Amino acid sequence: MTGLRYVYAVCRPFGAALQTQLTGVVGAPPKLLHHRGLVAVVSAVPERDFAEEPLRAHLEDLEWLTVTARAHHGVIDALMTVTTPLPLRLATVFRDDSGVRMMLEAREGDFRRTLDRLQGRVEWGVKVYLESAPGETPGGTAESEPTAGKAVSGRDYLRQRSMRAREQEDRWRKAEEFATRLHETLAAHADESRLHTPQDSALSGTSGRNVLNAAYLVSRAESEEFVEIVDRTKDDAPGMRVELTGPWAAYSFAGEKP
Amino acid sequence: MTVIERREVALVDLLDRLLAGGVVITGDVTLRIADVDLVRIDLNALISSVNDRVPAPWGEDL
Repeated sequence: MTGLRYVYAVCRPFGAALQTQLTGVVGAPPKLLHHRGLVAVVSAVPERDFAEEPLRAHLEDLEWLTVTARAHHGVIDALMTVTTPLPLRLATVFRDDSGVRMMLEAREGDFRRTLDRLQGRVEWGVKVYLESAPGETPGGTAESEPTAGKAVSGRDYLRQRSMRAREQEDRWRKAEEFATRLHETLAAHADESRLHTPQDSALSGTSGRNVLNAAYLVSRAESEEFVEIVDRTKDDAPGMRVELTGPWAAYSFAGEKP
Repeated sequence: MTVIERREVALVDLLDRLLAGGVVITGDVTLRIADVDLVRIDLNALISSVNDRVPAPWGEDL
């Protein structure tokens, strides 16, 4: 194969074959590059898109990023069915196979330790949202006047406004408490946990305010119980929404444990 | 409260993992892009490009 080398993941050698129709970034089929008892999952990518300068420009293009991220994830997902992959950061590109081999050698110890740590484990994503209160706009401020059609004195208006501000604060505090408690419970049932930055609703397109965006590393054997625990939170807090995603490959736990 | 289990992977969830997770490889053998703080670049870019797509309610000024 010619071109640069895009690396998706590092794994231990596995017996099963990859799906024959599996394609990666730019539609190229991923190959396995074995070196010193480790396997890099690699595909060829063209220099015109993946050399440093064009890549930097592409990363600011939402459509390109979407297609590339989904292709990367497609390969990781396929690997998950046959092994425990150690995913690499999006757009990790090498000049050639020998660059990939040098990287495997240089990081061999880290990779082995991390692969041991992740073996048989998956990642679950849990997000908590505070639903918008009735009459509240997505921007977070209450707008509609409760006494429409009736004259309101300045004092009443101010009183209503400060009452609404207090209610809002109260909802926030409860949401934070709920999220903290849920995170503590879930972290106690996970091998590791990681907090991501709460998502901007402009990006996620979902309603409500994201107050917790967490990832949990859980063994496959204990995953069913973990999912049940998340499901049981259903009746715990009115006005809150919990979203579960996964199982993911252990993207959020691929770094060395601090 | 409701618990929702999504079947399709949302782009934001994927980007949380692909841009802030995964092993970071740096050094001479990689192209230098791995050194770049992808999260900062992309989230700024994404927010502006998402906002660009939302049509203004009063229509386009021509």
